[in-house]
Amino acid sequence: MNYIKNKIASATGVVSSLLVNNAYANKYNLPEPADPVVQQIFDLHMMTSLIATIIMVIVTLIVVYSLIVHRKDKGYVPDQNFHKSWFGRWAWLLVPIFVLGVDFAIAKSAHHTLDTIFDEHAEADMTVKITGSQWKWSYEYLDSGVKFTSNLNKDLTPEDEFYLRDVDKPLVLPVNTKVRLLHTTTDVLHDWWVPAIAFKVDAIPGYITETRTEILREGTYRGQCAENCGTGHAFMPIVVKAVSKEKFAEWRDQQVAAAAAAAAEASSDKEWTMEEMMAKGEEAFNKTCAACHQVTGEGVPGVFKALKGSAKATGDVKVHIQTVLNGVAGTAMAAWKDQFNDLEIAAIITYERNAWGNNTGDVVQPKDVAAER
Amino acid sequence: MSTDVAHEEHHHGPPKGIGRWLFSTNHKDIGTMYLTFALTMLFVGGASAMYIRAELFMPGIQFMEPDFYNNMVTNHALIMVFAVVMPAAAGLANWMIPMMIGAPDMALPRLNNLSFWLLPAAAVMLILSTIVPFMPGTGTAVNTGWTLYPPLSIQAGMGMDFVIFTVHILGVSSILASINIVVTILNMRAPGMTLFKMPMFCWAWLFTGLLLIIIAPVLAGGVTMLLFDRHFGTSFFDAAGGGDPVLFQHLFWFFGHPEVYVLLLPSIGVIAMIIPTFSRKPLFGYKSLVGGMAVLFTLGLVAWAHHQYTVGMAAGPTTWFMIITILISIPVGLMLLNFMMTMWRGAMTFETPMLFAVSIVLMFSFAGVTGIMLAVVPADLEYHDSMFVVAHFHYALIPGALLGLFAAAFYWLPKWTGNMYDERLGKIFFWWNVIAFNLTFFPQHFYGLAGMPRRIVDYNPAFADLNMLSSIAAFAYGISHLLFLYIVIKTVKGGVKAGNKPWEGAQVGTTGLEWDLSSPPPFHSYATPPVVK
Repeated sequence: MNYIKNKIASATGVVSSLLVNNAYANKYNLPEPADPVVQQIFDLHMMTSLIATIIMVIVTLIVVYSLIVHRKDKGYVPDQNFHKSWFGRWAWLLVPIFVLGVDFAIAKSAHHTLDTIFDEHAEADMTVKITGSQWKWSYEYLDSGVKFTSNLNKDLTPEDEFYLRDVDKPLVLPVNTKVRLLHTTTDVLHDWWVPAIAFKVDAIPGYITETRTEILREGTYRGQCAENCGTGHAFMPIVVKAVSKEKFAEWRDQQVAAAAAAAAEASSDKEWTMEEMMAKGEEAFNKTCAACHQVTGEGVPGVFKALKGSAKATGDVKVHIQTVLNGVAGTAMAAWKDQFNDLEIAAIITYERNAWGNNTGDVVQPKDVAAER
Repeated sequence: MSTDVAHEEHHHGPPKGIGRWLFSTNHKDIGTMYLTFALTMLFVGGASAMYIRAELFMPGIQFMEPDFYNNMVTNHALIMVFAVVMPAAAGLANWMIPMMIGAPDMALPRLNNLSFWLLPAAAVMLILSTIVPFMPGTGTAVNTGWTLYPPLSIQAGMGMDFVIFTVHILGVSSILASINIVVTILNMRAPGMTLFKMPMFCWAWLFTGLLLIIIAPVLAGGVTMLLFDRHFGTSFFDAAGGGDPVLFQHLFWFFGHPEVYVLLLPSIGVIAMIIPTFSRKPLFGYKSLVGGMAVLFTLGLVAWAHHQYTVGMAAGPTTWFMIITILISIPVGLMLLNFMMTMWRGAMTFETPMLFAVSIVLMFSFAGVTGIMLAVVPADLEYHDSMFVVAHFHYALIPGALLGLFAAAFYWLPKWTGNMYDERLGKIFFWWNVIAFNLTFFPQHFYGLAGMPRRIVDYNPAFADLNMLSSIAAFAYGISHLLFLYIVIKTVKGGVKAGNKPWEGAQVGTTGLEWDLSSPPPFHSYATPPVVK
């Protein structure tokens, strides 16, 4: 009997030590925290895990003792009046009091972290707006105006370490800086989840929800969308690159300059040639539009419209521009006017009107798009 | 005159042919149909689980499109909840409650017939919802998961409409069945069978029935609003039209959380019958178990938003839901203690029903402690929507509901059929089933913590090793149910005669009147009510 008891005790010991000792270097627990609040959450998680383990050990010991001793084939005579003993008469009160004590201990230790999470007056040094869309993330640094979209890196195979966990443009954040993260979405629910640096909150259409992070160490942190968002739910990873404050400032200035250059290019009076626009358009189309309309322009029958030979892509240019700018209400076609500048939209439309045998010969210029805005 | 003749015949035995089943008003026949339906659907729901585990066997997309995968996730949950556990529990109630309380039949026999025959219709609708998306022009599959959250459910194709109507039909069916069971328990007890002399299974179903009557209309209302948003231009859940997508989540979980207790309580009732029998001593804490269920009933109705900690609720409501959720550990702890203390100082033997009952006490405790971990808001902001949650609720619902139903089947099969089941096969089934179950779901806690979200068709190789273990175990777990089917068929066909009281300890404490009847019981039992002393 002692042997079995020891076995059980050592087995539960292994489980709890798995949880406790490997806390900072394992792949079977929450990742190593890199943010003060996440650190508190992690500690809370380890504490509740420990309480859970202890309760399970106690329950298992009582049941196993009973299973070994109180059996008919050992000739044990059942105690027909056990439920009338003092314990039987008072268990209904004693057990809730005991459980309430445990509950209170847990709730109390969560209290401080809860206050931190719900601190509505928390200061922040910078703010990033994160917009989820089927199936990519858009980031906007509200302080500097830098914005970009982050897509899945599709070149990786299941053998690669970062398969489904790598993107073309990571979110870059400075370390030791309080960052407010605002979450919203253009379509369905999403959830921006990078467990090491921030707790999660859903992105909900019509809402702006908020989390915060203050990354403690430089490095790359990975996560992915946690709220089911449809077909591409498994394919919208998040990569956050935490760099020093200086490097971040440098990166930010580069981005601002690049955005200014792109805007200048888009609003210049240059007449773009077919070749230039087709090259730009193909790149942008394959990166963004092909998620639904497919690289072949054939769409997905019954779900996403084909552009190859479609009435819209070969008909009136103005209708085509309007569709891309403002989307189509009640369908999956989103409005793109805020995500692309005039040049990019002109290039995409030029591409759509001339690729896959849609040989309309139209070269749409940025000013044509500007006129429709 | 003619009705009199029909009435006379009615008393002699079951009618012949298909009419016996189609037009049945007999609680035993309807119970049998419920149980058969549930067992059939167990294999349909199980097949969708096998699809899921096959796809998750290794990283990369091997077998199915993401939308089909998530359609399987949706189907698996809807079928297991609505077409397996609830009908099986209703089947047990039909079979056992009239016999336990000394009633001739259910209080509302024709309603009983209707509430069963709605189910196959709903099942056909549900299966159609999976087939329809393969037709051209019907939009995407139902890729939302069983929670049907908008706006994704508004985007989904025609299959979603089939799911909405399925939920409507199932809702009507379970409301009717619940009304019937509640009315039977309150009005049809034999003289002397006071409420506090009732078998615990009747208490459990009394609470279950009342819960369902409260919550099922809310779900029906929620999905109807969804239907209107989809087709009739309303904006209940559309932020652009002044609606609120989170409203649906509140409606869904106001139903969804008590629904967990709807699934759980009948099995708690079953275990409360089985453990005293095989411990050969009365149930420990009869009244505290009833009280515990009443508290669970009440708290369960006001804890729903703990499924939505991440929707950005304010501090006040979040704290309320956290405290209520943690308090649920009190009635659950009390129930588990009562079971443990019933075994304590008993003279236990370990026939198959008892093996299941003991394993349920242990595994359900485990679901309880991970439940407390999840209840703590800050920690849940990490766990939420990860495989950790999937592991938790499978530990809650498989031991808490499904295994309890298996235990009930083994416990009462001798009564229903008159034949003993094959004890050796029963034990093989138990060990095979329970070991495979644990190997499937225990690892999911860990790759959930490590960062694998739910409802994804493909994943990072960091989660590969444990997913493979989960999948292999899941196949073994799935196949084990064929053995159960074989045992049931074998028992129905014949076997050692069971006698009226197949279990030595079945008469201790508060048991029902079913053991006074022959095995199998007559087609109409208790035409004149027995008197309970």
